[in-house]
Amino acid sequence: MLIRAGERESLRSPDVPGPEGCVIPIGETAWPSPFPNELEFNAPVHGSWNIVHIGMLMPECHQIYVCADNCMRGVIMTAAEMREEERFHFVLLEEEDIYEGNLEDVTIEGISDCLERLPERPPCVMVFLVCLHHFVGTNAGRVYEELEKRFPDICFLRCWMDPVMQKRGLTPDQKARKAMLDPLEPLPFTVEDRVAVLGDNRRLEESSDICRLLSGAGFSVGQIMDCRTFAKYRELAGSRLFITRSYMGLYGMKGLKKRLGRPLLYMPPAMGYDEIDSLLGALAGALSLPAPDTAPLRERADRALAHALEKIGRTPIAIDVLGVPRPLGLARLLTEHGFRVSCVFLDAFSEEEKEDYEWLKDRLPSLRISATVHVRLRRLHGRREVFLGEEGREGDKVLAIGPKAAFFLDTGHFVNLVEMNGMWGYDGIIRLAGLMEEAFDFEKDTRDLVPRKGLGCVSCV
Amino acid sequence: MRQAYIQTPCYTGDVSGACSALYELGGMTVMHDPSGCNSTYNTHDEIRWYDRESLIFLSGLTDLDVILGDDERLIGDVCRAAEALHPAFIALVNSPLPWLNGTDFDAVCRLIGERTSLPAFHVPTNGMHDYVRGAGLALETWARHFVKEPRAGREKGKIRANLMGLTPLDFALRDTVSSLRSLLSEAGFEPWSFWAMDDDPENLKRASEADVSLVVSAAGLRAARFLERTFGVPYLAAFPAMGIRDRVWSLLEETASSGKSRSLSHALDLGKEEEGALFLVGEPVTMGSLAAAVHARTGRPCRVLVPLEETETLLGPCFTRVSGEEEIRRALKGAGAVLADPMYRPLVPEGADLVPLPHLAYSGRIFLKEIPDLTAFVPEGL
Repeated sequence: MLIRAGERESLRSPDVPGPEGCVIPIGETAWPSPFPNELEFNAPVHGSWNIVHIGMLMPECHQIYVCADNCMRGVIMTAAEMREEERFHFVLLEEEDIYEGNLEDVTIEGISDCLERLPERPPCVMVFLVCLHHFVGTNAGRVYEELEKRFPDICFLRCWMDPVMQKRGLTPDQKARKAMLDPLEPLPFTVEDRVAVLGDNRRLEESSDICRLLSGAGFSVGQIMDCRTFAKYRELAGSRLFITRSYMGLYGMKGLKKRLGRPLLYMPPAMGYDEIDSLLGALAGALSLPAPDTAPLRERADRALAHALEKIGRTPIAIDVLGVPRPLGLARLLTEHGFRVSCVFLDAFSEEEKEDYEWLKDRLPSLRISATVHVRLRRLHGRREVFLGEEGREGDKVLAIGPKAAFFLDTGHFVNLVEMNGMWGYDGIIRLAGLMEEAFDFEKDTRDLVPRKGLGCVSCV
Repeated sequence: MRQAYIQTPCYTGDVSGACSALYELGGMTVMHDPSGCNSTYNTHDEIRWYDRESLIFLSGLTDLDVILGDDERLIGDVCRAAEALHPAFIALVNSPLPWLNGTDFDAVCRLIGERTSLPAFHVPTNGMHDYVRGAGLALETWARHFVKEPRAGREKGKIRANLMGLTPLDFALRDTVSSLRSLLSEAGFEPWSFWAMDDDPENLKRASEADVSLVVSAAGLRAARFLERTFGVPYLAAFPAMGIRDRVWSLLEETASSGKSRSLSHALDLGKEEEGALFLVGEPVTMGSLAAAVHARTGRPCRVLVPLEETETLLGPCFTRVSGEEEIRRALKGAGAVLADPMYRPLVPEGADLVPLPHLAYSGRIFLKEIPDLTAFVPEGL
């Protein structure tokens, strides 16, 4: 074995202070990594979407994975739990395939066999190669060249399930979202009154500020969730403007912008009024529309938050990054509106939240930041005093926004959402305020709900 | 192609099997893997997170770790976690990439053991086998490290029986384990150690003092063989299904007195006619015993298809080892009925009934609420 000689380039912070080592007041955190990067505990909270959920958004598309048993099972069961097993197939890799160095052949023959046995040939197939393919130097180009020769009627999307690469590069999720955009090819025409919202997992609702602005100006909104066929999906390439709300979708969307030569707007799920206004202004500008008057929306959002505050009062609130992509932004928004935000669950800060981080560090330095994968968390389930301090006295009511916060606080009073459930802007804030009130009033069965995979997808569990 | 699947899942893998087997033994188990093995195990192969303490973690292996072979990161991280959490032992479970780059786990464990003063061992899985192998390896490795020499001066008494191969992967309903304990007692045996659910690890360390081991699933076979090889404790592979219990108890007694290990499957005559028979698909010890119970009750011919590894010595004359969904489909041709996990339904031939018996190691948590106490299970409609 090898032991590293000399200093390690540090991926981790020095020894962590604070209660139990995995919960730190924001005033004492290091930017952008407040916690050491060490062994990980995976809490039984599975609402986030994985590559199977994401891929199943593609209409008529099947997924084929080429992988070893243990990793394979996770994706198989994901598809089965969402009742999509008919669109899921796989090729199991064995030791001999590695010893004999014929991973390309096994991959090609296995995928071909799956396709030949299907009662109907799908128009599109997402092929997922894995970490092993990287490390034995599989010629992925040869694999796809041969598959495309054998099945010229199928569009093969080049995907990876290679989490070993994700800490220094793109995640499998980012690569899958990019691959799903690859079938969108340049078209000789533009659908002038259509805007496509892509690269996201959750559907943008008609009530959102974005959709209202667009529909008010006579634009239709194209989303993958609304396409019933692969052919219809490909037509989205003719849209006049592309929008993505997700940072994870941005890598693929930038490639799409370059390929199609069409404008792209990144409209993240901002929580601050000024940022929302600025994003809506940019959208209007991109379509040569006047900037929207958001004053009435601001007022409505303020009213909704005030209404929620009246009910929730000074009840301690915890927010997690799984539920809300901008947890610090939400913590700031709620604090500004009089709520008591006590804890935010995240493992690293996002560059997009730097301003909110500085604001909270300055105005609310006691806000606790808790890791979600730190090993000590295994023994902290329900230990509210660790996450909330004095505010988390036993028996007192707490409110969680997001399933991981609900799990760690062991509360049934929580807003069960992932990626804001697709909600955006003022509309998102107004609806979230309503969900907070509902969660405050009614207890959910946390143990039953949070282990379910891919919140928003079908789950038979 | 045998390795290609279009309609059915694969069984729980070896990494999950190892973690499941070690879950209740008080140690800290670390999967040396980037992510996939951990999320699979955590989500689909383990159901005890809320109910039982455990320390099962992921190393978060990166591409640089694999390429540069920098084991110090793993060693340091494991030692720091052990210092914070005080486990009884440390187990490292291997996955495909450390297997591929030939990580020297013996050396890694030796260093961890020296630094933490804790017993440290590794389970030589690689993510490419099924749970029977993984759980088997884990229990065998644990046994090698912790089972003590028998104490001298034992008084004569009831026959002491270890129960081998207990994990939720085969016995998801915990009632099955308590039923097994009660049944053993009622039959006049002394339940000695339960490998590895619902028991104190200290009892398992005394497994060498048992008179016999009852292997209730293939996952327990390796550890049972270790006890036989090292301490002379013979084993019987059988599950006391309703309808054949007396036969199992009598064989268990005979095994204890003769010192000769055996498997119930080898003695089974499940009928001559294969056409129209009841085919049972799954784990060979439980399915074989259920087949014997059905045959004893109804006279219906039965056949057992075994799609799991390390089971060859458990296969009797009416058993067939199968691999891959096409082979299972072919083997089921002519079946009158099939008793199997509901996710085998696409392979059941037209005209044959499927009698569902959900198995956590196959359909995961999808049918969890329908998994019965196997000791009381009587298939309906046969």
